[in-house]
Amino acid sequence: MTYYINYNFVWQYFDKFYWGLLLGIELAAISILIGALIGLALALVYVDGPRWARRPVTAYVEFFRNQPLILLVYFVFYGVPSVGGFEYDNVTSFIITLSVYSAAYLTEIFRSGLDAVPRGLLDAGKAIGLTPWQRLLHVRLPAMFRVTLPALGNEFVSLFKDTSVASVIAVPELTYAANWMSTNKFRIIEGYSIAAPMYLVTCYVIFGALYLLERRYAVKR
Amino acid sequence: MELALYSLPFLWQGVLISLAVSVLVTVLSLAAGVALGTAATFVPGPVRWIIRIYCDIIRGIPVLVLIFTVYYGLSLLVGVNFNNFMAASIALTVFAAAKVTETARGALQSIHFGQTEAGKAIGLGFWMRMIHIIFPLALRRFLPPWINIVTDIVKGSALVSLVGIVELMMSMKQVIGRTYEPMPIYIVGAMIYFAINYSLSGLSRRLEARYAYIRE
Repeated sequence: MTYYINYNFVWQYFDKFYWGLLLGIELAAISILIGALIGLALALVYVDGPRWARRPVTAYVEFFRNQPLILLVYFVFYGVPSVGGFEYDNVTSFIITLSVYSAAYLTEIFRSGLDAVPRGLLDAGKAIGLTPWQRLLHVRLPAMFRVTLPALGNEFVSLFKDTSVASVIAVPELTYAANWMSTNKFRIIEGYSIAAPMYLVTCYVIFGALYLLERRYAVKR
Repeated sequence: MELALYSLPFLWQGVLISLAVSVLVTVLSLAAGVALGTAATFVPGPVRWIIRIYCDIIRGIPVLVLIFTVYYGLSLLVGVNFNNFMAASIALTVFAAAKVTETARGALQSIHFGQTEAGKAIGLGFWMRMIHIIFPLALRRFLPPWINIVTDIVKGSALVSLVGIVELMMSMKQVIGRTYEPMPIYIVGAMIYFAINYSLSGLSRRLEARYAYIRE
């Protein structure tokens, strides 16, 4: 068996990799935004809501945290439309999946962040006459955001890596480009050997950006 | 629905393969990770840097890409043909070992230097200190996060279906391909994965609660 490494096709079709990478970042960004909204709502319900509401929130978190992402991807893309009688394209389906999946992790992050807001801050808010809504908006959420920033950053990077799973439903992101390279151009290893460093570099660029952000906003311990 | 019930024995075969992959990877990554983590903590110089670089590289690459790279790349580069079970296990082990290394290093570093000094003072050599003092102390710090890594391994084992291993995920796909009823099968599969991982993470929480009294 001889196989000659040949990168010509990879360079020729490099735009697939490039746009795939950007799509991956986009998918992760959109999903973390939607996931953060769901997660924040669930965390607030858990912390401030009635006691009985904790059970469903915990159930949601535990269910999704203990599933392999690929199963959820298939579930949302093939399973849900089969009983719902509607269709959506693969990108929409993946964004829904990743949002719902990340919401479970983000709920945990926000919950512990809300717990970490010092009691004194809330009392200070009460003392200057802020309504509960104003306290939430101007005191608790900013304080929580600063505490949870490192965890949010890690979550974003891990979501970006999770976008590789979108290739199984043919979302044209980076892993899909590498798959395409091996099935259509028979450059089997070249595609992956380019995709892997691209993920690596992007992850560290994101880590670097987050480091700068954290230096600016995170709570010093 | 009835077809889904009839397919349960077939899914069970898949569960067994999933568990086989997970157990194999857990054992291999535990051995490799503890060795590397110990080396990263106690061996100074280039060894530490190399382990660090290994962990940092693996941290930045998705598991799925790792599986594909090893599956297609390894046989080409080494010239030996690996079957898909071996290739996937190697890929998952490479991934999990990096995490175990980080966890082991963290656990070992959290042990106060005074413990090492005390060991030296009573005349214990390096391995004696490790076996009788450092490892038992570090175990409490190591176990809860390690079990979380094991759940990651179980979740990662679902990805190896993509290189053609008929584990739970793949057997689900095969059943669906025959019955055209995705929903019941997905729900059964999700329940199986949940049962495995939830019991593991429950164990992790219990251990964490049990070791919570330890303060240094």
